[in-house]
Amino acid sequence: MGGVLLRGFGWRHAGRRAWAVRGVDLRVEAGERVLLLGPSGAGKSTLLSALAGLLPEDSGEQEGTVEIDGLDPRKGRERVGIVFQDPETQLVMARCGDDVAFGLENRGVPSDEIWPRVDEALHRVGFPYSRDRHTAALSGGEQQRLALAGALALRPALLLLDEPTANLDPAGADLVRRAVAGALDADTTLILVEHRVAEALPLVDRVVVLEPGGGVRADGTPEAVFAAHGAALAAEGVWVPGHPIAPRPATAGPGEVLLTADRLGLPPRLGSTDLAVRAGEALAVRGPNGAGKSTLALLLGGLLRPGNGRVTASAELAGADHRTPPHRWRAPALARRIGSVFQDPEHQFVTSTVFDELALGPRRTGQPEAAVKETVAGLLDRLRLARLAAANPYTLSGGEARRLSVATALATAPRLLICDEPTFGQDRRTWRELVDLFADLRDAGHGVVTVTHDADFVAALADRTVTLHRAPDEHR
Amino acid sequence: MISIEPVAAPDAPLARRNPVAKVAAALVFSFTLLATLDPVAPAIAIALELAVLPLFGIRYRVLARRAWPLLLSAAGILVTLVLFAADRSGRILLDAGPVLVSTGVLLTALGLVLRVFAVALPGVIVFATTDPTDLADALIQNAKAPARFAIGALAAFRLVPLLGQEWQMISMARRARGVDAGRNPVAKLRLFASTAFALLVGAIRRGTRLAVAMDARGFDAGTPRTVARQQHFTRADVLLIAGAAVLAAAALTTSVVLGTFRPLIS
Repeated sequence: MGGVLLRGFGWRHAGRRAWAVRGVDLRVEAGERVLLLGPSGAGKSTLLSALAGLLPEDSGEQEGTVEIDGLDPRKGRERVGIVFQDPETQLVMARCGDDVAFGLENRGVPSDEIWPRVDEALHRVGFPYSRDRHTAALSGGEQQRLALAGALALRPALLLLDEPTANLDPAGADLVRRAVAGALDADTTLILVEHRVAEALPLVDRVVVLEPGGGVRADGTPEAVFAAHGAALAAEGVWVPGHPIAPRPATAGPGEVLLTADRLGLPPRLGSTDLAVRAGEALAVRGPNGAGKSTLALLLGGLLRPGNGRVTASAELAGADHRTPPHRWRAPALARRIGSVFQDPEHQFVTSTVFDELALGPRRTGQPEAAVKETVAGLLDRLRLARLAAANPYTLSGGEARRLSVATALATAPRLLICDEPTFGQDRRTWRELVDLFADLRDAGHGVVTVTHDADFVAALADRTVTLHRAPDEHR
Repeated sequence: MISIEPVAAPDAPLARRNPVAKVAAALVFSFTLLATLDPVAPAIAIALELAVLPLFGIRYRVLARRAWPLLLSAAGILVTLVLFAADRSGRILLDAGPVLVSTGVLLTALGLVLRVFAVALPGVIVFATTDPTDLADALIQNAKAPARFAIGALAAFRLVPLLGQEWQMISMARRARGVDAGRNPVAKLRLFASTAFALLVGAIRRGTRLAVAMDARGFDAGTPRTVARQQHFTRADVLLIAGAAVLAAAALTTSVVLGTFRPLIS
């Protein structure tokens, strides 16, 4: 049970000209563990949706066939379980036990069998809390474990995982991977989509690479596939093990201090912190979840009013406003001096095209239209967004949205750039471009602060690291 | 943040009643009171509501905190009536240009304020003592509401507290982009509208993703649903509804006997 057969399968979403996925021939036997790879836009997620029976016939155009144990997936839904990327939008109920029970209720499992099966599923994923625990009180990794339990409770023959760890910090991602490794039966088929190949390899015995233009490029054991296609895949953005990225240490020592945090805090989110941010320096802020890293980024960026202590900008950074703290500056003045890049790029989008998005900052800060056009053209080119100039920012892929959000912050040429988890869920290619971009900025005398869990990013870029600790009296 | 958690002691005798019964009792009580315009019946009703509060396991201080929007609307009614009431009968208490306060105006305002409280408090009490999950379960099992509606609303409801954080995030992100309104009220309004639009776009995207995840777990797939949490509708629940009807009728009767009764439709 759980065998998959695709013959010339293709899918085009309604209203799109390009096929999301096309010409896929693939046979997966019951009990196989498959890692599905491919550059951004190769159609991995669409393929998983098709296997889960989540592409209604009227939502697009299909080519070829897709079968699970000989059935159309839309009719054999109970054979398939799927876990998505975003924990926040897969949990339905307020209490953990109720959430696992939700699928069982929907499938009409008799009432007296529900709770034993809920307990079994929670036990299998190593869930540490009682059934009455509130889902909102869980960390991201715990929420994904719960989502996995919700899928496993239905005893699927085929389990699909669509980048289940992309939105998690390393500890949370590890929690989820261990749960997957421990929870699968020997005869459950697994198909996993994941950028971070090294971490996913212990879970799989076969790798399938989709070709962006259509079809399957490679299929075989991980060793065989990476020996033949590793270098090409790495260049296209897949995190193939054994292809390290060269670090970019600073070419000169740090310059003058731009911003000082003096006993800065915002209870209960951030304890008292002292910090100096310098020009020509890449500073990394690290620390466990709940230590207040994002709050610190917002405080330094002049977006939140400090609860305690203060943020002081140097005369060089603050210009005419050097007597007032950044959180009291007018927004256009702030954008000219300190750029902030948020964890979720979509929070920052204001207009309806990529071009206008990039032009917004320069226009708000009063640049003449000719200069605006020149700035925008340069950024579009530099961040590989030129062919998307007329696209709506909300339709971009994850990597494109990230590049755009960084570009918007750079459009006003701020002396200081503050980024919250800029590399979260990014493919290798965007990741490398971000390292180069930030290193270039630093070497040109800008200050760069990144709040990040990404140890590789810190190793590749940071000149100095500050580690925040969770306040001891705080429980979250 | 918007609080959606019940605040009552869960084992209080009336808090434990079936959620559908509690909602029905509140509706019966409130609708009966709508029949009169006089201030006496609502005053008696409020006294009764406050008297049964301990049976629902709610402390008075907690209720006051929950009911503050009602105080706000009461103040609104007072101001509106003092400024615009047509009936200026009775003894003049204050005459300051357009503001003319008479005993008649004050009496009408008092009646309205009492009515708002008497009619709204039962609802506040019910939602302060009811877990949303239990309410959805009871609506499906005891009131035969479609699961598609009740569970769907419940899942959407769970995302509501996120909207507050989301609003703050979007506002800060816009400031970072150089967008603010300064002191210009028109710009403020436009910024508010565009932030609200971004919030709406985000909420719809999130709702769509949630709907797909629910779909993947077999929600609304046509298979008859079973229930994990059984809700019981017992004789005590019937008594609760009957009790609400009797108390409301008692308040109306008292008002009739005292001669203050003013029917809504005469």
